[in-house]
Amino acid sequence: MDSLQQQNALSLLSGDEAVALAAFDSGVKLGTGYPGTPSTEILETFDKLGGKAQWAPNEKVALEVGIGVAFAGARALVTMKHVGLNVAADPLFTVAKIRLDGALIVVSADDPGMASSQNEQDNRRYAVAAGVPMLEPSDSQEAYEFTLRAIEISERWQVPVLLRMTTRVCHSKTIVRRGAVTIPAPRPAHFEHDFPSRVMIPAYARPAHLRLSKTLSEIAAWNEAEGPNQLVTGSSSLGIITSGVALQYVREAAPDASVLKLGMTYPLPLERMRAFAASVERCIVIEEGDPYLVEGARTAGIAVEAQPEIFRFGELNIPRVRRILKGDTSPEPKRAPGKAPALCPGCPHRSAYAILKELGCIVAGDIGCYSLGVLPPFEAMDTLVCMGAAIGVGLGLRHSLPPEDAKRVVSVIGDSTFVHSGITGLVEMIYNPPASGHVLVILDNGTTAMTGMQEHPGTGRTLDHAKTGKVVFEDLSRSLGVRNVYVNDPTQDPEEFKKLIQTCLDTPEISVVIARRNCLLAARSIREYERCNEQQTN
Amino acid sequence: MSSKPTNVVVAGLGGQGVLKASDILADVAFSAGLDVKKSEVHGMSQRGGSISSDVRFGERVFSPMVPQGEADFLLVIAADQVEVNRAALGQGGILIEPAQIDESSLPNKKSINVALLGVLSRHLQFPVEAWTAALERNLPEKLHEANLQSFSIGRAIGQAK
Repeated sequence: MDSLQQQNALSLLSGDEAVALAAFDSGVKLGTGYPGTPSTEILETFDKLGGKAQWAPNEKVALEVGIGVAFAGARALVTMKHVGLNVAADPLFTVAKIRLDGALIVVSADDPGMASSQNEQDNRRYAVAAGVPMLEPSDSQEAYEFTLRAIEISERWQVPVLLRMTTRVCHSKTIVRRGAVTIPAPRPAHFEHDFPSRVMIPAYARPAHLRLSKTLSEIAAWNEAEGPNQLVTGSSSLGIITSGVALQYVREAAPDASVLKLGMTYPLPLERMRAFAASVERCIVIEEGDPYLVEGARTAGIAVEAQPEIFRFGELNIPRVRRILKGDTSPEPKRAPGKAPALCPGCPHRSAYAILKELGCIVAGDIGCYSLGVLPPFEAMDTLVCMGAAIGVGLGLRHSLPPEDAKRVVSVIGDSTFVHSGITGLVEMIYNPPASGHVLVILDNGTTAMTGMQEHPGTGRTLDHAKTGKVVFEDLSRSLGVRNVYVNDPTQDPEEFKKLIQTCLDTPEISVVIARRNCLLAARSIREYERCNEQQTN
Repeated sequence: MSSKPTNVVVAGLGGQGVLKASDILADVAFSAGLDVKKSEVHGMSQRGGSISSDVRFGERVFSPMVPQGEADFLLVIAADQVEVNRAALGQGGILIEPAQIDESSLPNKKSINVALLGVLSRHLQFPVEAWTAALERNLPEKLHEANLQSFSIGRAIGQAK
């Protein structure tokens, strides 16, 4: 950085990097999460800055660890992509009602338009459903400031706070002024017994629910008076209510409009919205994703115009906002199709898929690079639902299909996904085996490849690649009671892999086949980490 | 808005240095004290598929994405990605493509992204020192020499035009 930038403490950061910087500047004790585009870089950056960051096996565990940190009076940052919050929803709904001592910030990185996801759910709905206050940054500066604000709010009202980001906020780089907001230093970690506030048996959970309702009213009043909402005074003929990155498109598509940009979108500052709507001739709500703000406004009896339904799908941008303002719902120009992503040349998944296809398998698939096995030339993956679903879905198919088809069903899951939510599926496979048996293939390429080569419990290395405890899939499978457990490298020995799969398909027992070869892109780094770790041990 | 931002779209295939090129450009504009936003989508697109990155700079920038059909410059690193991205260009926008560079003149083929930045640099107001500094900040030291040379080759082509 040159001296000019240092003087002004300015830097060009992605939203993810800005969240990490704020977490670091505010003394967050622990950052934890599970990798997922577009959230992954938050913890990686937090680690590089010197913060304590770790990957959890999945988002539910990450959130539970974060809750523990906040019970100890410290500050926790828990990160995940939007679908990760489905996995962490169980603790989220209850911790919302529990009195925290420190801060608990849950980052949900939504992916409207599905750049790299299986759905485009709008996680603002979770804030309402669970009763968790929510902030929505619209650029990296706000990602920085709102992370700090979220910690303040969390500590002041002793509640978790949802920081809801979207792909364009996470991955766009914009200028950040560090130190624009400062908050008090964290208090030392400590523990006090507080049974009624933290033990959610029904007798204590009932008053806790009432307490949350009271807290949310207080926060709503605060949001009305001094929440991080922004008013741009422009023409009185057009007013736009918006939040998140949509603000940026609105400012360019309608530079003369009055704009009420909401930073805290749960609980909503309904009176501000009401006053704003009354101050302009035409008031329209422009938001990326679900009609969340517009429904909130209308439920409160605020007369606002909604954007046409078609703009609920995909990301917004300047041309789409222009269309919304004109009420133009004519077909939008399609972008020329580019080159589709594909399994890399030399990818170890290639030989596995070629063989599964050759054997005529019905493949219940899962989420990772190997999802690309659905595309030509392989077209060898038949289902994809959510993380870990390969096993359950494969078992369901086996239970229901006629015997000659049932015996062709194979579940395919990656190493990181297996640890994330495949282990319980394997337990189900042992507990409720189909009559025809079943075959689970773990495509173990030694890394969380799709999100950019993150470590996981199966690699035996921590987020920053240091040696730690390792979950060995073959040992785990055998210890659970699977008798047929095989390890093979289908790239090196495709004939053996083919024979193995055929043998497993032919037996009515359950089998686990681990297809093991490091991801081609990660192999060199993995060798280097192993070498460093060995040197340190010696 | 009094001054419209400059819109640049950098495009190519995953692994070609699209993001590196847009990082360097954004850094140059940032160092000049301008407002800058840069946007691209990570994830799936990195598996060898098409990828593009938008860089916008000026007095004040709101949207991180260049509106379709409003790019002032389209810099494409893969010849077969030119047509796929052509619609990004605005009227009077300038296309910068690999056909403008004799690849054999470069110290290594991988630095074509930086050579094309050299061509682009002729159209922008930033001093050459700012480009050199940004290249050095964004690349590992062992690659400095080759990339500075590629940049100069591209910049000379930009000049000849």
